[in-house]
Amino acid sequence: MRRILAASAVALLPVVLSAQSGAAPRNLEVPYRQFQLANGLNVIMHRDTSVPIVAVNVWYHVGSANERPGRTGFAHLFEHLMFEGSKNVKEGEFDNLLESAGGDNNGSTTNDRTNYVIDVPSNALELALFLESDRMAYLLDTMSPERVNGQRDVVKNERRQSYENRPYGMASIELDKMLWPATHPYSWPTIGYMEDLTAASHDDVVQFFKKYYAPNNASLVIAGDIDYDKTKALVEKWFGEVPKGEPVEPIAPPAAMLTSVTRKTMTDRVRLSKLFIAWLTPRVFDPGDGALDVASSVLAGGKNSRLYKRLVYDTQMAQDVEATQQSGPLGSSFVIETTVRPGHTVAEVQKAIDEELAKLRQEPPSAREVQRALNEIEASFYRRMQRVGGFGGKADQLNSYFYAGGGPDYFAEDLARYTSLSASDVQAAVAQWLPPDRRVELTVNPEEKK
Amino acid sequence: MSANRCGGRLQAARPVLASLVVLLIGSATTFTQTRADRSHPPSLGPAPQLKIPAIEKRTLSNGLPVWIVEQNEVPLAQVNLVIHAGSGDDPVDAFGLASFTAAMLDEGAGARSALQIADDVEFLGASLSTTSSFDASAVRLNVPVRSLRPALAVMADVALRPTFPEAEIDRLRQERLTALLQAKDDAASVAPLAFARVVFGPAHRYGTAATGTAATLKAMTADQMRQFHAARYRPSNATLIVAGEVTATGVMPLLEEAFGKWPTAAAPARTPVPTARQLTAGQVTIVDMPSAAQSQIRIGWVGVPRSTADYFPLLVLNTILGGSFTSRLNQNLREEHGYSYGASSRFDMRLSAGAFQAAAGVQTDKTADALREFFKELKGIASPVGAEELAKAKNYVALSFPGEFETITDLTAHLEEMAVYKLPDTYFSQYIANVQAVTAAAVQKAAATYIQPDKFAVVVVGDRKAIEAGVRALNVAPLRTQTVDEVVP
Repeated sequence: MRRILAASAVALLPVVLSAQSGAAPRNLEVPYRQFQLANGLNVIMHRDTSVPIVAVNVWYHVGSANERPGRTGFAHLFEHLMFEGSKNVKEGEFDNLLESAGGDNNGSTTNDRTNYVIDVPSNALELALFLESDRMAYLLDTMSPERVNGQRDVVKNERRQSYENRPYGMASIELDKMLWPATHPYSWPTIGYMEDLTAASHDDVVQFFKKYYAPNNASLVIAGDIDYDKTKALVEKWFGEVPKGEPVEPIAPPAAMLTSVTRKTMTDRVRLSKLFIAWLTPRVFDPGDGALDVASSVLAGGKNSRLYKRLVYDTQMAQDVEATQQSGPLGSSFVIETTVRPGHTVAEVQKAIDEELAKLRQEPPSAREVQRALNEIEASFYRRMQRVGGFGGKADQLNSYFYAGGGPDYFAEDLARYTSLSASDVQAAVAQWLPPDRRVELTVNPEEKK
Repeated sequence: MSANRCGGRLQAARPVLASLVVLLIGSATTFTQTRADRSHPPSLGPAPQLKIPAIEKRTLSNGLPVWIVEQNEVPLAQVNLVIHAGSGDDPVDAFGLASFTAAMLDEGAGARSALQIADDVEFLGASLSTTSSFDASAVRLNVPVRSLRPALAVMADVALRPTFPEAEIDRLRQERLTALLQAKDDAASVAPLAFARVVFGPAHRYGTAATGTAATLKAMTADQMRQFHAARYRPSNATLIVAGEVTATGVMPLLEEAFGKWPTAAAPARTPVPTARQLTAGQVTIVDMPSAAQSQIRIGWVGVPRSTADYFPLLVLNTILGGSFTSRLNQNLREEHGYSYGASSRFDMRLSAGAFQAAAGVQTDKTADALREFFKELKGIASPVGAEELAKAKNYVALSFPGEFETITDLTAHLEEMAVYKLPDTYFSQYIANVQAVTAAAVQKAAATYIQPDKFAVVVVGDRKAIEAGVRALNVAPLRTQTVDEVVP
């Protein structure tokens, strides 16, 4: 899982293309047209007529990293309020109108951005633009403390369902607190602390909207069965009147680095222990980021990966093991996570993990291990090309690449940063970024029986 | 799942890949002076026509039916071998056999070991899964077309020539037993298992998880799996479904090479899972999960088989009741009261009648209030549905249908459904018309027949100490309490 790169936070990097992929791989091009409205809204259109649907995808360049202490979880709570109606859309009508047209919609919030997706049959494009523009321009006209209270309860239940009542669900929140300095915006959870959700007010909503929900802090992608000229005219018609806002200052996070090993143990209502080992690693697209993606595959991608084979397949000390480079524009973390089988100990499993990491620090992975990972990554790029809408569809990816600053159609270049890697790049990244003496170790144990 | 940072509206979503910095070029367009007329939503033009993918039907030399759909968007192919045998065909003393057999297919096959199979598949950038449901088993391959031929060779070994090594069986057995143990930690996993056990009972196949119980898992042998495989995995009992950047002419020789020599033999006739005895009186079961932050609620009874003549009225009925965001259950429990992150309902339609169930996770201190609202909506659906609500539900189901054919994975899933439930060739082309033909009267009749709340079973997985008194006071039906170990044996 990756965070998304902020355009303002990253230096320009050279792109190295490997010999065999000097040209863009077939079908990995996503042709698009782009324009900007006078209010600063960036618009990207992509035509794909394979099915008669259109995806309308908006990214606001704000996430939980923009929150202030005492109001954690606010960006996400605000996201919920965006579906509750606006000046010309009565409460409930947003969903009623879209369902009546055969459309679906959703939204999600991460540390770094908030996205909104509407997928409709192609005849309902204008309806989607009307709804999306009305909440961008006129959300506050009908906002009320009651609406905030209603979604506050829903979000608290989301927290209960997805974190508090889910086995090991509180571990990720604890892990982030251990990894990042308390003043770093990645140290608090996107879902927020319960007391902060309680404290969020109607006035906070007004201020947040004015500060972050202006068209100049957003980007709109329309992908699917569209006509470019007609679509452009419709965007101008519906979004042209949205007032421009003040520019948003980029986030200036404090430096984050680990200087020693931090250990912590917590308990949960579970039957088996889980171990997390995590490091702070290079930001998305910085040198080392792609190599650590490949390292995660060499370590825990499939039966032959080193940790899976040793822990789950051979010794069967563990039920599962995962390794993930979680890339973000303000920094990344690399997390190894494993569940310890009955009859084994966390210490045994950790010793085996450390031995495997030591090997990978000293010797590059085999050519086949690297090629296996790269082949899978390449296939995953094609799989991501099939859907225009929803989370992770082409519209969402175009917005993601645009926000990252590389231009919307950055698919082939993104793939090339993987195909250009060598086995020694992977070894070097593991040696440099996953050291044994600067990391956090979190163990979740079963609660004692009362 | 790894640590998830995202909060979503309906579910946590994952962000997508990001990328590198290049200078952005955008051209400002002319400023629009006039404001759009927002006094009413823009009118919709005519809905687009559903482009039905053409299914080319062929047969291999051994009689294996092949369905091929050409879809040239990305250089990928999806190949699904569907076996018409699933958990519903488990022997009465070996619940979990179909599931375990399917899981063992890629743990050793032909001359390949488990590790070699995984390495071969991953090196080709392919994804190969072996799985089973109550009604069918499947081996599914997704692969870049340039690697289709070598991937088919692996797939054919896996599907036709599994070796069921003892060591791998023992490994998977421990993995499955551990997963069962872990399921007991999670109210959202316990609730469906407990509900199925209450509605169907421990003797009926649908009353136990597809994977079986700890006892049946411990007793399962290699011989049982070999026999199940030998009897059921036969060309006469299977359908091969192919979609992607392929043509029938081009792909048939590859399929013949991989699957054509699969020996023909008659599979035993399927004995349908007997229709479960319908519930006749309400009952409430609390499954204790001390200090749970939410209660997981399931309410319902025995529903209908996939072959029901009332399929389309039920589809529309369920959309209104709990099948979409604006459905009555979600509007009430989430939007109106804020008791839950989401409430829904569904009919599990299988070869025999599965369950109807309404479901939500609700905050512990609102458990009784939430149950009261559930029953209000379940009872309310008996009244005639208004024209606007009916039209919204029908349009939502009918007009979103074309979007369900977007990826080759979506497309082949629909074709699997068609094969397993023997749906007519005109099923897709008639689908939208069949939905639009549903009348308010048909919905009301379906509701009267299939939604009878006074006979429903209620299962609540939550903190008994905190919720029992409130649930009792509601006086819905006789109440009993159970432990997690009792409902997840």
